[in-house]
Amino acid sequence: MSRSTTGQRVVSIAPLVRLDDVSYRYPNGPLVLDSINLAVRPGDFTGLVGPSGSGKTTMLQMLLGMAHPVSGAVERQPGLRVGYVPQVESINWNFPVTVFETVLMSSPTKRTWPWASSAEKRRVAEVLGRLGIADLSGRHIRQLSGGQQQRVFIARALFSSPDLLLLDEPTSGVDVRTRHEVLHLLGDLNAEGLAIVLSTHDLNGIAAHLPNVVCLHTRVMGMGTALEVLTPEILELTYGAPMDVLVHAGMPLVVDRRHHSPLTGAS
Amino acid sequence: MWQTLTEPFQFAFLRHALIVCTVAGALCGLLGVYVTLRGMSYIGHGLSHAIFGGAAICAAIGVNFFIGAGVWGLASGLSVSRVTRRRIIGADAAIGVITTASFAFGIALLGLYSRVKQSIEATVFGSVLGVSRGDVWIIVGVALATAVVIVVFYRPLLFATFDPEVADVFGVSTSRMDALLMLLLSFAILSSMKVLGVTLIAAVLVIPPTVARMLTNSFGRMLVLSTTIGALTGLVGMYLSYHLDIASGPCVVLVNFAVFTVVYAVTGARGHTTAAPGFRRATL
Repeated sequence: MSRSTTGQRVVSIAPLVRLDDVSYRYPNGPLVLDSINLAVRPGDFTGLVGPSGSGKTTMLQMLLGMAHPVSGAVERQPGLRVGYVPQVESINWNFPVTVFETVLMSSPTKRTWPWASSAEKRRVAEVLGRLGIADLSGRHIRQLSGGQQQRVFIARALFSSPDLLLLDEPTSGVDVRTRHEVLHLLGDLNAEGLAIVLSTHDLNGIAAHLPNVVCLHTRVMGMGTALEVLTPEILELTYGAPMDVLVHAGMPLVVDRRHHSPLTGAS
Repeated sequence: MWQTLTEPFQFAFLRHALIVCTVAGALCGLLGVYVTLRGMSYIGHGLSHAIFGGAAICAAIGVNFFIGAGVWGLASGLSVSRVTRRRIIGADAAIGVITTASFAFGIALLGLYSRVKQSIEATVFGSVLGVSRGDVWIIVGVALATAVVIVVFYRPLLFATFDPEVADVFGVSTSRMDALLMLLLSFAILSSMKVLGVTLIAAVLVIPPTVARMLTNSFGRMLVLSTTIGALTGLVGMYLSYHLDIASGPCVVLVNFAVFTVVYAVTGARGHTTAAPGFRRATL
């Protein structure tokens, strides 16, 4: 992960987090991550792809510091602030919280009183304004569109001014328009200097929007730009299924390989 | 009208009962918000039964009821948390196993030590009209302590209730918040159980927050509303009990149910259908 949105190598910048030959397994289970070497640097915008159970979520937990390797080392920049956006499917949308209350949850201050201070109110308004949802502060989280809901949880993560933003499958369970909206928003945040790592199943979405891709299946199968990584060989290694890659307007487009039926002879 | 309101105050035990019922209603309404939003409505019912086991042991071996039953209730609650975290067993099953086992233990002790029978029956069915000044001080103390804890830990408790897995990422210890809530709940049940009885605690924990949820989409407002509804239904229930000569515990619960029915009818007609709490599986 050593490429900025402009495509220039930025290897000289000290990493925010470095995974050095890291392996991880759940107690009495097989290896979930095996000998991973990875560095996340300021300005990175990276997508983690791989099949279900390939270790994407564990990798995010490792970057968050919530999982500890069984071997290898995780180096984190001292004082690193990491923001995290969970999957929308994991949110209880019937919970009685307004947009304002949700964003305030991640307030870094250890304020004793339940109500927000003037500074916190200004900060919430500032973050919501930055994401274009300033007028939704008093709404219940269920009363929002898919894109607005994603923005609320991105706002909660941004409230603590993180150096690194991690998102767990921000494009799953959302419609095409919301996916487009979210990836554009993340691109804008990255252009402002925020390092972002997200996990996704959306190969074509990240090919169109993200400068860096990591293909993961317990081990790192490929790492680089979408054009370098999204190849039929690496994708078959990663997913264990044959896929074709078309290049359209300079971007790779991953499609399922047509199945030739031995019974009918039709393809 | 004035006489209707002041008449019960002529008797010391009724003054005590009015105060205890009002404060117990407020306390259970406040904690019930967390209980229902965590999908743990069953735990109020379960914990009160678990504490019955502790109460039986205390009576049998002559240990202070509050200390013994409190420790027992807390241990049962934490055991439920531990078993639930293994994920193979759901919270409802964990509560069913641990708290009914504790209840059965209490019943077994009842058979072995017949002399404890009288105090156990008072615990199971509640005795609102035998409330002492000491009971008033205990419930007021527990309620004040709970209110202070809820204010001080408002934000981490909210985060751990809404989004426990992410809360850990943001530095909130969800296991500590779970234990804190279980501790508060145990003391609330202990101090309310004498007046409301083992069988009625669950209703007072669940109905006020459910009504409050139908009236608001804000967590802060839900806490205030639920506490107020709990207090008012406790007070009105006691008054009705006195004037209609009906047992006080059922009166409190029936007033709660009447409020629920009215609010459900009104908000349901306006289309507030997304309001019922407890949609997520229990995480404690």
